[in-house]
Amino acid sequence: MSSLWPRLEPLLARVRKPARYIGCEDGAASPQHGHGKVAWLLAYPDVYEVGLPNQGLQILYEILNERPDAVAERTYAPWVDLEALMRERGIPLFSVDTHRSADEFDILAFNLSAELVYTNVLNMIDLAGSPVRAADRRPSDPLVIIGGHAAFNPEPMADFIDCAVLGEGEEVIGEITEIVREWKASGRTEGSRHAVLRELSKVPGVYVPSMYEVAYDGDRVRGITPAYPDVPELITKRTVSDLGQWQYPKRPLAPLTEVVHDRLAVEVFRGCTRGCRFCQAGMITRPVRERPAEQVRTMITEGLKRTGYNEVSLTSLSTADFSGIESVVTSVVPDPTACGAPTVSLPSLRVDAFTVGLAAKVASGRRSGLTFAPEAGTWRLRTVINKLITEEDLYGAVESAFSSGWSRMKLYFLTGLPTETDVDTEGIVDLAAGCVSIGKKYTNRASVTVSVGGFVPKAHTPFQWFGQNGVPELRRKIGLVREAAGRAKGVHVKWHDPAATLAEGIASRGDRRVGAVIERVWREGGVFQEWSEFFVLDRWLDAMAAEGLSSDWFVTRHRDENEVFPWHHLSAGLHHDFLWQDWRSALAEAGLEDCRWTPCYDCGVCTGDGLEHIVASPVAPAGGSQGTGQNLALGGSVPISLRPKSMVTS
Amino acid sequence: MKARISYSKLGKIRFTGHRDVARIWERSLRKAEVPVAMSTGFTPRLKMAFGLALPTGAESLVELLDVTFADGSGVGADEFDEIARRIDTSLPVGMAVTGIRECAPSEASLQEDVVATTWVMAIDASDVGDRIDRINQSNEVWLERERKGETRRDDIRAGILQLGFLAPEHSEVLPSRWLGESRGVVIEAVLTTAGRGIRPTELVEALVPGCEPWNHLTRVLRINQWIERDGERVDVLSARPAHPQVCA
Repeated sequence: MSSLWPRLEPLLARVRKPARYIGCEDGAASPQHGHGKVAWLLAYPDVYEVGLPNQGLQILYEILNERPDAVAERTYAPWVDLEALMRERGIPLFSVDTHRSADEFDILAFNLSAELVYTNVLNMIDLAGSPVRAADRRPSDPLVIIGGHAAFNPEPMADFIDCAVLGEGEEVIGEITEIVREWKASGRTEGSRHAVLRELSKVPGVYVPSMYEVAYDGDRVRGITPAYPDVPELITKRTVSDLGQWQYPKRPLAPLTEVVHDRLAVEVFRGCTRGCRFCQAGMITRPVRERPAEQVRTMITEGLKRTGYNEVSLTSLSTADFSGIESVVTSVVPDPTACGAPTVSLPSLRVDAFTVGLAAKVASGRRSGLTFAPEAGTWRLRTVINKLITEEDLYGAVESAFSSGWSRMKLYFLTGLPTETDVDTEGIVDLAAGCVSIGKKYTNRASVTVSVGGFVPKAHTPFQWFGQNGVPELRRKIGLVREAAGRAKGVHVKWHDPAATLAEGIASRGDRRVGAVIERVWREGGVFQEWSEFFVLDRWLDAMAAEGLSSDWFVTRHRDENEVFPWHHLSAGLHHDFLWQDWRSALAEAGLEDCRWTPCYDCGVCTGDGLEHIVASPVAPAGGSQGTGQNLALGGSVPISLRPKSMVTS
Repeated sequence: MKARISYSKLGKIRFTGHRDVARIWERSLRKAEVPVAMSTGFTPRLKMAFGLALPTGAESLVELLDVTFADGSGVGADEFDEIARRIDTSLPVGMAVTGIRECAPSEASLQEDVVATTWVMAIDASDVGDRIDRINQSNEVWLERERKGETRRDDIRAGILQLGFLAPEHSEVLPSRWLGESRGVVIEAVLTTAGRGIRPTELVEALVPGCEPWNHLTRVLRINQWIERDGERVDVLSARPAHPQVCA
């Protein structure tokens, strides 16, 4: 092996933020490559600062490096300045650990948390010296694997990847390693690539697009079927049944340079059954599996000691729902170390007074801003999306926050939701103005920032049938919000570019034909599409036109019950019937309770996979309406009340 | 009680910036469980005061910072060696503690006190020797340079206190392999830090007119920082290891 460092080193002083490329982090492994070891290059298709904190990547990095038959290194998308110098000099994509060339790895594994990074994936495959199209790869080229939430509709990437892994990677990476190890031992002879992919296609959770044929009926997908009898018809996601068995990362990475989430992260649970209908993460990561509170404490204590951080973020999709949350938080806070007491940060706050009380407990020093996500402006629309937060919940939370010393709130909303009317859209500003007037009782500086994003329907959610709002309609709605906010003192508006929302829509529910569009956008120079300075919608529209595809068809068209989705053959465990029923319930404005604390409504995940929720407390944590929309008392242990079933089935 | 600490920054880690280094120190002091005092205010921070910023990409044998210990921690000068050892273990590869001494409350801050620093620079360009002679013989050297977004034409001659090829006795303080890994002519310069100061890249522009400095400056290392006492230049903190650790 040869390190590329001597060739890279002279370039680094000439590029921005060269610390992105040096490795040397606290917690970095000392990868030992060797005969009989499968070498994984774990890639994050965005810049280092965004990719380094990614927990999924850190977990797999550690698990693989613990295996005697595997070795793992990391790589991130080089920024455009370094990329230009690398291409000029013929320097390939490299790992940051030992600066080894990507073509010396057996597997190039991408973590995809969003769709707009797809063009960066192509760029990195190309920089790695491998053909971007899987069909053109030789036995000596690495296997390209994708995982992460976006892999649940991998069809737009089908032409470029060798495999997609659905669900959690902890166990399946071992199974993949064993098959690839055998392939390596057999000498990766001519023609063997097909054989190893065929073998991999039989591993549960692993999808090999080249083993399937797609049939079309005009523009419609008619079916996606295995090309060989031994290849499974349906691929179901992988799920780790007990998070307590997987105490990772044990050696969290603490970077030498500033990154986006610059603190220790400890994952307290996976999955979420709040049932928000727009939320792909909540749908595809079920069931809820809590980490034992004792293990959370251990990971906090050891992580802080090991990294020297004085801040820990307790991560999950809704951290206030963690059964042990109060005791964990209080056990961290009063434990001052030599250099000041550590602080706890709680991302994804639930909207109620209890949660704010918790936040007040952990916030030390300056109380600048708190963020809540009511997602929709009226109760009616919140019943449609099943985010059952009452105005009282929000106002209670906000009152509690302003009275505890916070002066700025940020409220997240989606626009372009199913059944949304202008009353709902303008309701966003009414809610924000209501929050400002509560704040004015406590401080003259009270202000509320409303952040509005265009809604993109995602695969495996009840809203997968919904036709996304087009760019003009989203612009109009954002205009309504801005106009109304202009009349409301103390309300500020930020919004996401509707043009990027359209491109995200193309990639999110696209089928295999969209692959050619992604390739065109990339070849035209469209990298870093999540960065507004690089995003140009016309590149996407021109590419669609050149391929004879219509964005109306892929994005704004409502689907009916008979639609065969491009992810028809892929399962997140959710029954088709459950999703369809939940879509009908949405249109009937009927909510659905959280099954963590109430009887099962059989979405399919637990029953199908022999899994169950792992929740330490049989009742919901105290406070607010608990997302039931009911007026439950504040404080104390409040068993969740059932909404009548009749409201659920329409 | 306050301590003045010197440390080296060598190898790959030279590509971290000044702000990164401050964060690295914060985490390292916490890892080493050193009882550092905290600032008051909304966001309490560790009480550390750094010396002159080292340009990103430059290495150094003598970076400096002052650390104030917490009241009531009872840290005495007799524990300095032990504390330095603990910090040294906590610092990332490429950074090492090279000296520690007590710093009296009356002493001026590093930013105010340091007047000049000595740089060893490897420059990959032709005619560097001639250019050195010419600068040494002239009374003025004009250069366009930028500070805070503003371009100004300055005479930097007075700030070039000394300029020549690497002194043979100084090659011994260089880290092992340093000369081997550097391309080009190796020179040595003492540059002022007073006022607007002179950066090593600016000296390269003076030596290779019209160039993009980092295309020629293949390696640059700070080997000394100077203060003035009774009209003489003296070393701020002279302790220095024989073989500093280098990140391979």
